[in-house]
Amino acid sequence: MIQARLKKRFPPSAKAAGFLLEVDVCSTAAVTAFFGASGAGKTLALDALAGFLRPDEGRIMLGDDLVFDGATNVHLKPQQRRCGYVFQTCSLFPHLTVRQNLEFAAEFRPKLERYRRVNEMMERLRLDELAGRRPAELSLEQKKLCTLARALLSQPRLLLLDDPSSGLDPSRRAQLHATLREIQRDLAIPMVVASRDFATCHELAQRLFVFHQGRILQQGAPEEIFDRPASAEVARLLGVYNLLPAEVLTLDPGRNRSSIQFDGYELTGPYLPGKFKGDRVWLCVRPEEIRVLPRAGRPAVNQVPVDFQGATARPGAVRLSFSRGILADMPREEYEQQKHHKEWLVEFPSTRLRVL
Amino acid sequence: MAIDWFPLWLSLRVAALSTLCGLLFSLWAAYRLTFTSEASRNWARGLLSLLLVLPPTVLGYWILVAAGNESWLGATYLRLTGSPLLFSWQAAVLAASLHSTPWLLRATWAALDEVQDPYGRAALSLGASERRTFLRICLPLAARPVLAATILAFARALGEFGLTLMIAGNLPGRTQTLAVAVYDAVLSSRGEVARALVLVLSAGLLLLVWLASRAWPKQASG
Repeated sequence: MIQARLKKRFPPSAKAAGFLLEVDVCSTAAVTAFFGASGAGKTLALDALAGFLRPDEGRIMLGDDLVFDGATNVHLKPQQRRCGYVFQTCSLFPHLTVRQNLEFAAEFRPKLERYRRVNEMMERLRLDELAGRRPAELSLEQKKLCTLARALLSQPRLLLLDDPSSGLDPSRRAQLHATLREIQRDLAIPMVVASRDFATCHELAQRLFVFHQGRILQQGAPEEIFDRPASAEVARLLGVYNLLPAEVLTLDPGRNRSSIQFDGYELTGPYLPGKFKGDRVWLCVRPEEIRVLPRAGRPAVNQVPVDFQGATARPGAVRLSFSRGILADMPREEYEQQKHHKEWLVEFPSTRLRVL
Repeated sequence: MAIDWFPLWLSLRVAALSTLCGLLFSLWAAYRLTFTSEASRNWARGLLSLLLVLPPTVLGYWILVAAGNESWLGATYLRLTGSPLLFSWQAAVLAASLHSTPWLLRATWAALDEVQDPYGRAALSLGASERRTFLRICLPLAARPVLAATILAFARALGEFGLTLMIAGNLPGRTQTLAVAVYDAVLSSRGEVARALVLVLSAGLLLLVWLASRAWPKQASG
């Protein structure tokens, strides 16, 4: 279990603007993910867990061990925390071979056992053939696997992975994720993954923390965050939503209904708890949830007339961009049949009308 | 005109000893500074800058005061060795050390700092102690820049003049180093001697700079 409540202030300097990291993380998940854009504070949070960053105040517990407590001045050094850290830059020791890199991590073991463990790990991660090579002779994927193997050999109680799949092509990324899942299943080492890629976090983690400008905006299961982003900022970070300004018109908790006005058109959906009539809100809809159809006659309920502005190809679909800032996905075949139309309607789903 | 080559041998001995002492001290101090808090590092940076900008005459004056026979330090040295520290060849070693060590420490510290993040951090995260991280990872990776800095520190020590003159003096056959001998030859209008010594010193420094440039790293990344 990870329990970390920490605050660290970085005063402005000639090199960087000031930054405040203030996060509260509590997770019992096998894999926890820190998701956020670059500079959101994910790596700093990992550094604080690993002991490379000393917070100004707070408390960090890894399992039953207190590793940092600002109030009682407890600060365990990185080498005492047993946190395997897979850095984004890999950091394999360039003057040592792959085998020597791995042996360095297992030097606390007797020689024979060390030899056996290193061999086992190289076999497990299919690194046998690379044993005599130097890091400069490895591909990025091989470097990442070696770094992972090295971290695992140090017998960590927690594995920290900073953007583990960055720079990898999709197939190698999938392979690395499969390896990480396999390791998690076999060795049962809790992991914390920091990533800018929501798909990576979604695929690997059971609990996700959304980082933004040094704070946590939302936490929960990845699916839950994907389905119900807590704020427009989270939806923006997820990058898969139309965020459209709207206003609450009516609220009817009895019939579980409400209506909002978007650009002069009334849209209906389920009741919006916590909102008041007249509230300015963000209508939050994924492109694939919007139905696109050629315009014929008056718009029906939840339909808005739009002008076509452009189309970009996506795997298996086409992303259409319309006036009023609306993006919608359409199956490729359907688009090919209907692309001659000049006027279009977009239909917002009444059951999944998210409002933030 | 016969040239006395004693200043050359004395300078080589003084530079070698001062560089050795400076290197050992720099490695120890850089090790401590690499793994210490940012506040201590800032203090060390300030102190180093002070030593680098202090004029040799000012530094020399303080050493004359601190290591004179009446001072505690000077009296202790005299009691232990039977001879005074000031105006001896050992004082020339001290002068050369003070001249080259702050510079050597700064270069060594920078070289070790460069490999500390990410390689030193990686080693620490694997559970290695600071000493093991330093000896097995940081030092081998920083060996080439440290070697280059050591060669340049030797060159610096070889040409040290102001502080040596202040605390070791200009005693021919005893404390007269190469740079001081050049000064002495120019003052006493021995042009040929000055020219010969300057040529030797220039050629030696040129060779050292070339050696240092060969030692600069072409590091593979991990």
